[in-house]
Amino acid sequence: MTLDQLPRAAGALVTSLDSSGAERLRLMDLGLLPGTEIRADLTSPLGDPTAYLICGSLIVLRRSQARSIHVELVKT
Amino acid sequence: MSHDCGSCALNPQRLEVVAGGYDYVVAVAGNPNTGKSTVFNALTGLRQRSGNWPGTTVTRAEGGYRFNGHGYKVVDLPGVYSLRSATGEEDVARDFLQHGTPDVTVVVVDATRLERNLNLVLQILQVTDKVVVALNLVDEAERHGITVDTRHLARELGVPVTATAARRGRGITELQESIDLVARGKVASRGRRLRLDDLSEDEVVVAFFAEAGRIARSSITVDGRARLTVDRMLDRALTHRVWGFVVMGLLFFGVFWFTITGAAVPSDFLYRLLVQDGHVLVRELLSGAPWWITGLVADGIYLGTAWVIAVMLPPMAIFFPLFTLLEDFGYLPRVAFNLDRLFASAGAHGKQSLSMMMGYGCNAAGVTATRIIDSPRERMIAIVTNNFSICNGRWPTLILMGTVFIGTLVPPALAGLVAAGSVVLVAVLGIVTTLVVSWGLSKTVLRGATSVYSLELPPYRPPQVLRTIYTSVIDRTLKVLWRAIVMAAPAGAVIWLIGNVSVDGSSIAAHVSHGLDPLGLALGLNGIILLAYLVAIPANEIIIPTILMLTMTLGPIQYGVSSGVMLELADTETGSVLVQAGGWTVLTAINLMLFSMLHNPCSTTILTIWKETRSLKWTTTATLLPLALAFGVTFATAGLARLAGWA
Repeated sequence: MTLDQLPRAAGALVTSLDSSGAERLRLMDLGLLPGTEIRADLTSPLGDPTAYLICGSLIVLRRSQARSIHVELVKT
Repeated sequence: MSHDCGSCALNPQRLEVVAGGYDYVVAVAGNPNTGKSTVFNALTGLRQRSGNWPGTTVTRAEGGYRFNGHGYKVVDLPGVYSLRSATGEEDVARDFLQHGTPDVTVVVVDATRLERNLNLVLQILQVTDKVVVALNLVDEAERHGITVDTRHLARELGVPVTATAARRGRGITELQESIDLVARGKVASRGRRLRLDDLSEDEVVVAFFAEAGRIARSSITVDGRARLTVDRMLDRALTHRVWGFVVMGLLFFGVFWFTITGAAVPSDFLYRLLVQDGHVLVRELLSGAPWWITGLVADGIYLGTAWVIAVMLPPMAIFFPLFTLLEDFGYLPRVAFNLDRLFASAGAHGKQSLSMMMGYGCNAAGVTATRIIDSPRERMIAIVTNNFSICNGRWPTLILMGTVFIGTLVPPALAGLVAAGSVVLVAVLGIVTTLVVSWGLSKTVLRGATSVYSLELPPYRPPQVLRTIYTSVIDRTLKVLWRAIVMAAPAGAVIWLIGNVSVDGSSIAAHVSHGLDPLGLALGLNGIILLAYLVAIPANEIIIPTILMLTMTLGPIQYGVSSGVMLELADTETGSVLVQAGGWTVLTAINLMLFSMLHNPCSTTILTIWKETRSLKWTTTATLLPLALAFGVTFATAGLARLAGWA
């Protein structure tokens, strides 16, 4: 599934990124690499974007970005 | 061994850093939100040369200190996640580290998020060995139950690691000691380098993160939760569907209320001191001089400068520190988070809400604050539309029009409410205009430009109240005084000259305002208002004093007012002068409010836009687009009002 479908507070692992170019570079620099743990932590009161907990930081991604990030749920 | 490369003509690589009087140059690098600026401030004390508008570290703040008999120049680089990305901030940091060749690079690392931060440390170690790691926020880490083994970390990285809690001043002397040792080559630092040959770009990133993760895990012991419960609760409340917006509204109302009421007393004091008493004094000092020298210097240059200082300084010295406090606490990124969707639908960035807010203090500051938006397209949108945030210099015009013309349309009991409501309505129209113009730009001229969105919500941290107030007041005072001298003084001179230099029996002001009358009237304004806006491009603060002076000297009824001398009247007198001598109607007042909100930015802002964009095309667009809108909108409202028979 893609990151935008991740239920709140559920943990997941990044599997791959669809984006390319500067966007991909930036996402990777923020820690979105295959194998990284990620959790949806906060949703904006207007419904979008969502803040994800990645490597101890709250990183905000818009739905259109989250859609390009593939993740798999982890059972905790 | 000390050297002074900055003054050495043979070393052109030292970029613009002038190391005169300094033996070593120290660069401070680090991820955003690591307390990097706090470390910089703690190192340099209060001798920081360039201060910041809230929301942004200026491209390179510089300061200095002395240690062990050596002078150190410290350069604060922008906070970056990596040296690799293509955005402007990363370029500044990387260029300085690679080509500015600092003697020592201090990498500030957040002890609570070691893995993420070590990624940048490892990248910097690929470039230079002369590195000291400042393991900052160790106090916060302790509260989170995180302990970092600094000796192990230093062994792994191959460079000195010093634990600091910069906000409390802990570890700063030790940090200076480490810097000193590395600068003088007394420590054999051999930074860990990764072998990256034959790796693809993706593999390089993965390699850095993997190594950072390994070192982080082997250096820390955790016996607590990763994120503090207080932070989580605050976030739940501040980004809540209802409470998030309630708190936001209350905070901004509070900031404005505090600014307006807090500035009233010092503004009055400065007005009496500089405008009233000071003006008399300057005239007396010049009493022996020819009339035109007294006029030009005292009535023109001095009065214009004094006026701008009195009106501008107190609100600026209150408004910006308040925002800095909200920023230091970590609240402002939450606002961008809450409002992002609104801006996204206009093709803009949520952080534009922050540069907009700065604009309510000063548009030049708002334009500078757009640096926090790291994607060029969205940043340009924010720069061009910042003008529609009504700056501190324009509020007095709106409030006066609201009080004198709008509030008086209703029974006295409601007058205050209606007057205030009309001002708020214009401000809201400004926000609507911002969104509509942003949308228009993103669909036309700025369509398809590349964009990278990112926003981080930093942990909440107690702000440093006293320091913020001190530096903000000093900084603001200097900036305001500089602007007053550079911009308001010439404007004051021009105003006096056009009022007193006569051609064919009447003043230049009379000729120009008569010439502008047809256009002015078509816009529901008049020639005098347009002339005032023309001469007051350098400073919106003097619009009303200039309009009053011109109306009283050029209008059909002659008052005992000398030409070229700006003046202020009580609200009721202002109303009667403008109606009787100027022929103003409610339409004039409404259109003046609209024109004030829309018209071109002041010269300081235009100059700032040029500095920030270095593009003639965009500076012109940002200047003329608002002006065209102002003409278009007032022309339409005037036409409608006349068609409907209201004016």
